[in-house]
Amino acid sequence: MKLAIVDLGCGNIGSVRLAFRRFGLSPFVTADPEQLAAADKVVLPGVGAAGFAMERIQALGLREPLRSLKQPALGICLGMQLLFDRSEEEDVDCLGIIPGAVRALEPEPERPVPHMGWSRVHVGNQDLGLRSGDYVYFAHSYACDDGPATVARADYGRPIPAVVRTGNWLGAQFHPERSGEAGARFLQSFLQ
Amino acid sequence: MSARRIIPCLDVKYGRVVKGVQFRDHRDAGDIVEQAMRYRDEGADELVFYDITASAEGRSVDLAWVRKVAETIDIPFAVAGGLCSRDKAAACLDCGADKVSINSPALERPGLIGELAREFGSQCVVLGVDSFEANGDYWVKQYTGSPDATRDTGRRTLDWVREACDRGAGEVVLNCMRRDGVRTGYDIPHTAAVVKAITVPVIASGGAGAPEHFRHAFEIGASGALAATVFHERIIGIPKLKEFLVSCGIEMRL
Repeated sequence: MKLAIVDLGCGNIGSVRLAFRRFGLSPFVTADPEQLAAADKVVLPGVGAAGFAMERIQALGLREPLRSLKQPALGICLGMQLLFDRSEEEDVDCLGIIPGAVRALEPEPERPVPHMGWSRVHVGNQDLGLRSGDYVYFAHSYACDDGPATVARADYGRPIPAVVRTGNWLGAQFHPERSGEAGARFLQSFLQ
Repeated sequence: MSARRIIPCLDVKYGRVVKGVQFRDHRDAGDIVEQAMRYRDEGADELVFYDITASAEGRSVDLAWVRKVAETIDIPFAVAGGLCSRDKAAACLDCGADKVSINSPALERPGLIGELAREFGSQCVVLGVDSFEANGDYWVKQYTGSPDATRDTGRRTLDWVREACDRGAGEVVLNCMRRDGVRTGYDIPHTAAVVKAITVPVIASGGAGAPEHFRHAFEIGASGALAATVFHERIIGIPKLKEFLVSCGIEMRL
């Protein structure tokens, strides 16, 4: 299988790339639209702040190529947030694949921000490789609007979309590559 | 809050895991990747690796073992030690570390915190603080990896953690130095004061010796509790510890 990881030339892609090696895969890392279009599956990893990532996407000419991918694609953490219309983080327009916005989490006593750690997910009726009650690892300060695209939720003061799905795109707010056995099931399900 | 986190800390020196008492007399405690796997299998929620002499010796962490750990384990881990520039932190993240923890370099140049937070996001930037009680207050120490290099910074701990969070730190590991390795319990009043002072997750560190100590830390709002000696020497097993904490009504990932 040709698995492509989108390389925005910044941030943390090591963790995702190495995780797929645990499945015996050697993903290739690329920012070339033709190579992305030719891949069997595409992963858009999280890369820091939304404004910075969208700047890179524009500079690399990847906005339309990402929007027009037809094969199964997976956005992880910030990569999922970029699928939405816009983000409050640096107030930036995103890819507009999923309607809605990404908004800051508000800290409260006993609920620090970033939301960092293992939270339980509640899974709807889609087969995502996850089970309701699974703990998965989150590390984020912004969260997507809950809406029709949400197929698994966590609760952190408000309902947090943990997994979204629209057409060929899947998005995970948590880090499947760092979510133990539950995360492995999720990735396996994406890879099948 | 998420499930509270149990975080074994692995002090690394020259590519091996070591453990000292009150930051001195380091003894060999095993191979890094083997230890990482052992803790992952026992149910650790996260790992922290401190290259304890990197800052004091003026070098950065060795990246080969970072990559090996990233490839092997499927739980998050942070790396600390001499990450004094954007490039060094970036290299660490690119080798698969989920977070970088900065301590002495942030004290040398507080602007580094903001630079890393802007580029990688706050959730990647952990502030490590070595806090020392003296004259009725708590103060930050620097270069604690080596007894000869350790020095006072003149900064109050509460002032420093507030400033660091304003600059973009996404988590604070509060290490109370007088408690390190002595197993008499975390410094609960001090940890509680830090939890109240900031809105990011706080990880208690220094002094864990019994399951009760973990309970105390979680009861005052610590998001995670870090320990080394009790785990390395198998005084406390993580599965039993988690069972105990669940029986106290604390949410744990089992």
